[in-house]
Parts: sequence; C-alpha cells; structure tokens
Amino acid sequence: MSLLTLFISAAIVNNFVLSQFLGICPFVGVSKKVDSAISMGIAVTFVMTITAAVTFIINNFILIPFELSILQTVSFILVIASLVQLVEMFIKKMSKPLYNSLGIFLPLITTNCAIMGLALFAVQKEYSFVDGIIYAVGAGAGFTLALVIMAGIREELELAKVPKYFKGAGITMIVAGSLALAFMGFAGLI
Amino acid sequence: MAKKSNSLTYEVVKGLWNENPVLIQLLGLCPTLAVTNSAVNGVAMGLATTFVLLCSSILISVIRKIIPAQVRIASYIVVIATFVTVVDKFLAAYTPDISKALGAFIPLIVVNCLILGRQEAFASKNNVGRSILDGIGMGIGFTWVLTLLGMIRELLGEGSIFAISIMPESFNTWLVMILPPGAFLTLGIFIGLSNWINERRVN
Repeated sequence: MSLLTLFISAAIVNNFVLSQFLGICPFVGVSKKVDSAISMGIAVTFVMTITAAVTFIINNFILIPFELSILQTVSFILVIASLVQLVEMFIKKMSKPLYNSLGIFLPLITTNCAIMGLALFAVQKEYSFVDGIIYAVGAGAGFTLALVIMAGIREELELAKVPKYFKGAGITMIVAGSLALAFMGFAGLI
Repeated sequence: MAKKSNSLTYEVVKGLWNENPVLIQLLGLCPTLAVTNSAVNGVAMGLATTFVLLCSSILISVIRKIIPAQVRIASYIVVIATFVTVVDKFLAAYTPDISKALGAFIPLIVVNCLILGRQEAFASKNNVGRSILDGIGMGIGFTWVLTLLGMIRELLGEGSIFAISIMPESFNTWLVMILPPGAFLTLGIFIGLSNWINERRVN
C-alpha cells in the first residue's frame, strides 16, 4: 500500500472517530468551539505520532525479542501516559490560555482510546516504522477533521431550536450519526 | 463528607440509573458505540468491563493509602492494565469467537474512562466494602445499557436478538443500524429518552 493511500485511508475512509468509534469522549467534550477543537486535534496528532514511533521501538526491540508481548497493554499505556504528561507541561509553559481552554481534557488524552487504539492497530497490522508514522499522522488528521466539523456544527446548533430533552449530548450523538453516514460515502474511495 | 450518608444499597443502585455511567455521566462511550452491533457482544463487553472495574476498585481501595498522590493516575492505570491483560488472555483462551468479534476493544478497556473515573472519584476515597458495591452497581449499569443497545441494533439491523430470529421473513433489515451511524443515532435517542424519563420522574 502506498503511503498516500495509507494516509487517506486512516484520515477519511476509516476515520477514527466516525467509523471506528475511537476518541468519542473528547469528540463530545471538546467540540463546542472550533478554536479549542483545532488545538485539541493538534495535541492528539502530536501525541499519536510520537506514540506510534515509541511503541514501535518498544514492541520490536524489547517486547518481541524477550517474548514479553503479554506486557503490551501495560507498557503502551505507560508510554502514552508519560507523553501526555510532557505535552501538558509543554502547553502549560507555552500558552496559558490554551492550557485553560483544554482544561481537564488535556490529561484525559491519556485515556483517549484513539491513541491506545492506534498503537494496538499498528502492531496488529504489522506496519513498518515509516508506515506506522504515516498511519498516526493520518489518524490524527482524521480526528482533527471530525472534531472541527463537529465544532462548526455545534456552534450553529447553539442558535437552533433543539427539542429540550435532546440538548447537549443527545443532539451531538445524532449529528455524529449523520456525519458517520456522510463519511460512509467515502468507503469506495480506495 | 456528604457521601458518607449514602446507604449501602444506594451505592449499588445509583449506578443503575441515577448516576448511570453511559446515559448520565457519558463515560465509556467508545466501547458502548463500537461493540453494540449485536446483543452478545454487548453482554460480553459489559461483563468484561465489570470484571476489570470490580477488581481494580478492590485493589485500589485496599492500597489507596500507600499510593502517593502525585503518581496516583499512573498507578491506577497500571493496576487496570494488569486486569485488562487477564481478561484479554482469558477471553482469547475460552471464548475465541467473542474475543475475535470484540478485537482491539478488549485491550482498549484499559482506556475506558469509566474505570479510571470510578477509581479517581470513588475507590481512592472509600473503603473496600463500598468500593465493591460501587463497582458492582456501575458495572451492571454499564452492562444493561450495552445489552439493550445491542438488542435494539441487532433486532432492527439483522431481525434477530441473541442470534435468534424474531422479525418475520418479510421484514427488511435496516442495515444502517449495525453500521457506525446506527450506533450514534441509537445512543442519541437513548440519551434523549433518559432525559425525558428523568424529568417526568421529578415532576
């Protein structure tokens, strides 16, 4: 598979949020404003890319040679948790307003299943180092895309008349359903 | 602390509806959406998550006083990841079909915010007994929502429940229900309905 196909497949056709249900929590939580959606998307893409690189190295040079693959889940999650800690410290130092707007969702990137899912899928599909990184960037781009589209729609929804009981999470899910339906149209792309 | 006044029964019951992890707290949505394309998968996922939640709650409430506050999240995650590995290997050994159907979502239980959330919000502050009750309640609350979602989606999408045909031959299956959009739509309607029921109960 060429790298471009891999990228498009991860970003659009098999979009992590809308067709694989990974990273739904931040998708519901941080999609109220387009600005914070973009920064969240970038932070996640960054963590994903580094995770893909580090977990590849750990898996192929430590876990497999020493036959420790039973420790896969534990070691991957530790890598992700420490990376997120680093990113959090970095953002806090670089941009205080951004840090405040992401709030609780920044440390929660650790429990963003999109990142753990990416690490597991890359191992399952036996991607090479380069493939894994392209896959991660694609998945991150797809996550950002879904988040930004959703935030755009939700900004408009503020003005719409939503049935009382569906305000908030309910309508978000239904809009996500329509988006998922639209993204299914890309299925024949590759 | 207000929590202390909760009766022991309430610790169990609150997870079923009042503080239901999926419908009210909106935790653990990824597995909720991803594996509920059939009722069996919903039950399996619910039980696997309950097991991990219960075991981690017990262990963490036992050792809660010796975990340093700064590294508590990392410690919780290691504990959870250990039990997830147990479930993963167990399912792969005894029920390979289910293990295959759930795929990566078994190891992904480790990042289910429901489990980490309960450790942070409950098990790290309460004794073992209460943590067990809380774990059971939340686990059952999670399982019933997943099972019901799975049953509805399977019924409309394949005309069967637990792989037993229910609908008449002439029923045209709604393929979309077992595909991703169906998951979002069904859960959205579920959340709307639960808001409606809650409001009616208050009045």
